[in-house]
Amino acid sequence: MSLTLLLVQTLNGLQFGVLLFLIAAGLTLVFGVMDFINLAHGVQYMLGAYLAVMFYALTGSFVLALILALAAALAFGLLLEFTVFRHLYDRDHLEQVIATFGIIIFLNQGVKTVWGAAPLNLPIPDALAGVVQIMPGLTYPVWRLVIIASGLVVALILYVLVSRTRVGMLVRAGATHARIVSALGVDIRRLFMIVFGFGTMLAAFAGVMIAPILSVEPGMGDSVLILAFVVIVIGGIGSMRGAFIAALLIGLVDTLGRSFMIDILRLVMPPSPARTVGPALASMLIYVLMALVLYFRPAGLFPAKGRS
Amino acid sequence: MNNKLLMSVATAALLVASGAQAQEKLKIGVVTTLSGPAAVLGQQLRNGLQLAIKDNGGKLGGREVELIVQDDELKPDVAVSKAKALVDRDKVDFVVGPIFSNILVAIMKPVTESGAFLISPNAGTSNFAGKDCNPNFFVTSYQNDQNHEVMGKYAQDAGFKKVFIMAPNYPAGKDSLAGFKRFYKGELADEVYVPLNQLDYSAELSRIQASGADAVFVFLPGGMGVNFVKQFRQAGLADKVKFLSAFTVDESTLPAQKEAALGFFGGANWAPDLDNPQNKKFVAGYEKEYGGAIPATYAFQAYDAGLLIDGALKATGGKTDNKDALRAAMMKAPFTSLRGKFKFGNNHYPIQDFYQVKVVQVGDKFATSIDKKVFTDYQDPHAKDCPMK
Repeated sequence: MSLTLLLVQTLNGLQFGVLLFLIAAGLTLVFGVMDFINLAHGVQYMLGAYLAVMFYALTGSFVLALILALAAALAFGLLLEFTVFRHLYDRDHLEQVIATFGIIIFLNQGVKTVWGAAPLNLPIPDALAGVVQIMPGLTYPVWRLVIIASGLVVALILYVLVSRTRVGMLVRAGATHARIVSALGVDIRRLFMIVFGFGTMLAAFAGVMIAPILSVEPGMGDSVLILAFVVIVIGGIGSMRGAFIAALLIGLVDTLGRSFMIDILRLVMPPSPARTVGPALASMLIYVLMALVLYFRPAGLFPAKGRS
Repeated sequence: MNNKLLMSVATAALLVASGAQAQEKLKIGVVTTLSGPAAVLGQQLRNGLQLAIKDNGGKLGGREVELIVQDDELKPDVAVSKAKALVDRDKVDFVVGPIFSNILVAIMKPVTESGAFLISPNAGTSNFAGKDCNPNFFVTSYQNDQNHEVMGKYAQDAGFKKVFIMAPNYPAGKDSLAGFKRFYKGELADEVYVPLNQLDYSAELSRIQASGADAVFVFLPGGMGVNFVKQFRQAGLADKVKFLSAFTVDESTLPAQKEAALGFFGGANWAPDLDNPQNKKFVAGYEKEYGGAIPATYAFQAYDAGLLIDGALKATGGKTDNKDALRAAMMKAPFTSLRGKFKFGNNHYPIQDFYQVKVVQVGDKFATSIDKKVFTDYQDPHAKDCPMK
């Protein structure tokens, strides 16, 4: 019984980790390649979810809603890039933080004005709405398995794109030697725009996939943004592999910690204090992990090559 | 002659002045949460009060009303400065609000010490019901523990064997589970505290499933409840485990939960289908005024707060300067509550009936519906600690 629970919780942890990866991948690309701190990444995840809800209401099809939401999120991301972010690349980090924080406030209020403050709902496609029996007496929702699978597929695609294609090569080179790449005749601005649009789409994809599980509401991107930053700091800024490993690590540590912390503490202290300390300790576990990683490996687990 | 003229001028001036006095608008301040994810609740509060004023022809107690609405942003420091502005600058006679208990604790002193009356249409903490009770503070909702106690009593009476209970890890969450356990004496499958505003409950759902509980009791207000209810249904638990809750499935969350919450239970002092004429009129009026939205308890309790002000002012002839007379008038609860029977206890908290409510579908919308009365004329357990008589 304890072992099956452990197995299920591991699945839960994987699902959470994969979701974090989808968000963190775009963030680490933009941060790593463009040296640009984009706090507005979280609201782009929120926007993906809202757009999917809107397009679902219009079309009645989840797949169509997904495709249209991604296209619209991409268009909106590029619009933001063109009107706001482009002017920030050469500024220092503080100004980037302030400007993109302003976008968070603007868009959170914007979705409230357009769609209202009440949480919205995106249904799971009927074919994937059920549960599967993975052990006698223990079932698991199909949609969460779909999230795990789609996250792994995206990770694979990203791996191929970054390490096997010409654009990927330019992106990797641009991350470390932007000027030289530019001097070799590559339009670095256009490269940045592609990277940025791609990152935006990944965040929106995460938003659409999680929308059937979570409620779609203003500010939903703010909490995941912090976790995404934890992921890229642990993984090593700019490293896609680092983001993947760190996201899974955080997903597992957080989920297993929440689930088993009280039981673990009971081994070393009486039940009543364990019940009080357990939840508090579980919720700070990932930050403890981050502190430890930063202490032993200040550049993260997998620092991108050539970055100092 | 001269004297006579002077007299008549003076009389006329006096008449004009007293006329102006009677015409002067009644100022009511509102402190409620209108931004952030909880804004839906705050809007219900504001709408309910506005509807009460509108249904009375724009007047309360015969006086035109000027409503000054402030957003507390769910931040105690913001709430304090806005509440102070209401009583010091705007000189309001009544403050209606807030939604959240931590805001109530923050604005209690600034409002009541100014001499204004504070009427809470939702938050009702145990300290203000007990030893910290306040003569200028009235509550038209409930004491915070009570809806949880309703579910505890229901679980005990229904004979559930093993209940899994869960709440956020903050003071109201601990009070919630303590309230449930005050009446439920059976076995607890587990008692879990999750971080406030947790969104994904996959780990907890797996534990519920593994624990073999025959019912869950949760207190997960707002967005937390929306997420949990959906995920509970998605995990296939709804058919195996009874769902008991407080502040988790109501008309403010149901527009997002929809079918996922069908058949789930809550504890409440009211539901939109509570059968009395004034309530029917209120629900129909609210839906008409606010784009078809069904009112939740926040709206009905704010409406009752408006009726309380109206009734008390009618008793004092519209005057607010004699606070003792006004307080005595309010204490009599001179209005027909939407919930039917209503009176104040010595601590100015209501003594009322409580129900187990169930989520049903009404046309294409979802609402709670009265299933069973659990408590009759129930007073909170803290009233005995209140020194007011």
